[in-house]
Amino acid sequence: MNLTRRQMLRASVGVAAAGVFGFALPAAATPEATAESIKKFTGGADPVSGGNLTLTAPEIAENGNTVPVEIAVDSPMTDDDYVESVVIYAEGNPNPDVVVFHFTPMSGAAVAKTRMRLAKTQNVVAVAKTSTGQVFMDKKEVKVTIGGCGG
Amino acid sequence: MFSRRQFLQWAAVTTAATGYMGSLTRVAAQQRLTQDDLLKFDSKGTITLLHFTDVHAQLKPVYFRPPSENYGVGAFEGIPPHLVGQDFLSHFGLERGSALAYAHTMVDYVDMAKTYGRLGGLDRTATLVKAIRAERGDSNVLFLDGGDTWQGSYTSLKTNGQDMVDCMKLLKPDAMVGHWEFTFGEDRVKEIVDDMGYPFLASNIFDTEWDEPVFEHTAFYETGGHKVAVIGQAMPYTPIANPRWMIPNWSFGIRPEVIQGNVDAAREAGAAVVVLLSHNGFDVDQKLATVVKGIDVILTGHTHDAVPEAIKIENTLLLSSGSHGKYLGRVDLEVKGGRVTDYNSTLIPVFADVVAPDKEMAAKIDEVRAPYEAECNRVIGKTDGLLYRRGNFNGTWDDLICQGIMEERDAELAFSPGFRWGTTLLPGNDITIDDLYNQSSMNYPSVYRLEFTGTQIKEILEDVCDNLFNKDPFFQQGGDMVRVGGMAYSCAPKETIGNRISNMTVIKTGEPIEADRKYVVAGWASVNEGVEGPAVYDLMENYITRHKVIDIQRNDSVKVIGMN
Repeated sequence: MNLTRRQMLRASVGVAAAGVFGFALPAAATPEATAESIKKFTGGADPVSGGNLTLTAPEIAENGNTVPVEIAVDSPMTDDDYVESVVIYAEGNPNPDVVVFHFTPMSGAAVAKTRMRLAKTQNVVAVAKTSTGQVFMDKKEVKVTIGGCGG
Repeated sequence: MFSRRQFLQWAAVTTAATGYMGSLTRVAAQQRLTQDDLLKFDSKGTITLLHFTDVHAQLKPVYFRPPSENYGVGAFEGIPPHLVGQDFLSHFGLERGSALAYAHTMVDYVDMAKTYGRLGGLDRTATLVKAIRAERGDSNVLFLDGGDTWQGSYTSLKTNGQDMVDCMKLLKPDAMVGHWEFTFGEDRVKEIVDDMGYPFLASNIFDTEWDEPVFEHTAFYETGGHKVAVIGQAMPYTPIANPRWMIPNWSFGIRPEVIQGNVDAAREAGAAVVVLLSHNGFDVDQKLATVVKGIDVILTGHTHDAVPEAIKIENTLLLSSGSHGKYLGRVDLEVKGGRVTDYNSTLIPVFADVVAPDKEMAAKIDEVRAPYEAECNRVIGKTDGLLYRRGNFNGTWDDLICQGIMEERDAELAFSPGFRWGTTLLPGNDITIDDLYNQSSMNYPSVYRLEFTGTQIKEILEDVCDNLFNKDPFFQQGGDMVRVGGMAYSCAPKETIGNRISNMTVIKTGEPIEADRKYVVAGWASVNEGVEGPAVYDLMENYITRHKVIDIQRNDSVKVIGMN
């Protein structure tokens, strides 16, 4: 193929800079706003990290517009002891409260999957509340990157 | 472990060459080093795993200069594979000037290249594979292809990888995994996989709609009298490091919990040996070995690291078999009472002038190249200096590409991706079409020309740098730092994202890069869809043809801070 220099200059570009590298947008929420929200949800109780609640999310998002996340709570799910609800927060999104899952003993298992949008690299936090008043938390940092140079 | 004898033998080849320029001619070196020397191995047990990875479509022997910088951070600083040059030689007890020193380091590279010649060539690899199968018995050997096999040359681009598929078939691989394979698109990958006759494994690829596995995750073999399970792992960040629009229905990721599930299932199915054939990269797999329990051997690729023997992490062996066909990895396993009790491992450097080409493979290579041979060998220029790519920061091949795209697209600055593939040319070599495509063969080659603000330029550098130097290997994507043309900067790998890049300067004017000013930047290999501009190989063909003789000077524009 033979392109002249002038042809190449003319074959200029129709995409904006963000079309080649995606640039992160500024976001409004803060970890403090999430902490505030968690407090409201738990009624002030401090959540226990690790153990019964597992949040699964990718280390790096393939597509920040639709990031798959999964929560699973280890619970007997009986009338006496079951998971009532689980909330997922995105600390760095303009609105950190993303979703609330409600369960009953009839649910059988406290497991749920969804997809969410992440504006930038941030912590995703899940908090679970049980019928016996226990509160669990798990946290994963999900990176949103412009990508493009691996190989 | 390397036997002392093995080292002595290879050192002996070069006693005369030490002090290099020395008396040892290339012919003498070839006479002293034999195919039998390369194959000598203290074999163990009844199982042999052969690992071949990241050949990047190099059917013919190549020069490939090992890196001058290959920094590790966090827990991985200063340990293999993050050793280069003299540090590498000292760590592994290799003698300067020896055949192994040439294969593994850039010390005295040009002199050593003239003495020992090229490495690799699929016909040479075929000879070694056949010899080891004959020695051990066919039913005791698994030959495993670690991926990045179909992409990286003129002929692979023109045949959509078919040249590699046809040649690899002759090696009778027992399984393969992928990464750049996916840049041929979902349909082409499926078409090849359906036809190639051995499993394409991927534990970590799920369809985006139903979250179901796209490929088989595990293959079982009766090898050496034992049940062996091989689990496959594709490059976890393919849809981020490469265009996601080419594989819109497939989702990747490391997914350690999925691997653990597959390991447990393999054990339950009676596997005495569990192997992970991985395209994760060395550091990702170093961490994975501590996170996932029950893997006996990880054969790793992607980061192109060549470590002379397997390292042991807890109960898992990790072998990384280099790239471009330079090496054939070998792990022997002894199994007693349903578990691995002893092992030995090595990387065999495939010295092209020492190993006899396998006739059947040589004929196939000639056949697949025949329609393109004349074009491949067409000379477009010549280089006065050494042209190479591999290294954490700028290599001379990338400097040439940056110069080319700045001039051809009239840009102030240039970006060139930090790929780890791409071969080496010695001073005085002709530059052929083959050589140009060995640096640029790909399906998203458009050279864009855009305006970026100084702030955006810094953001890009910081982002790519964090993919390379994140202290947590699970956040590393592989690849080296994006190459830059027309600008200088300082980089502190141990810092965090946003704090690694400083002192960005326009080289021509000496002025600092201003946050709010716009700069005209040209670059290639954007992962976004619909990027416009000429293909990098066409652009560079014009540039090299016009300049005829290329002379790239040493580039000191990137200053590394805080590393030894």
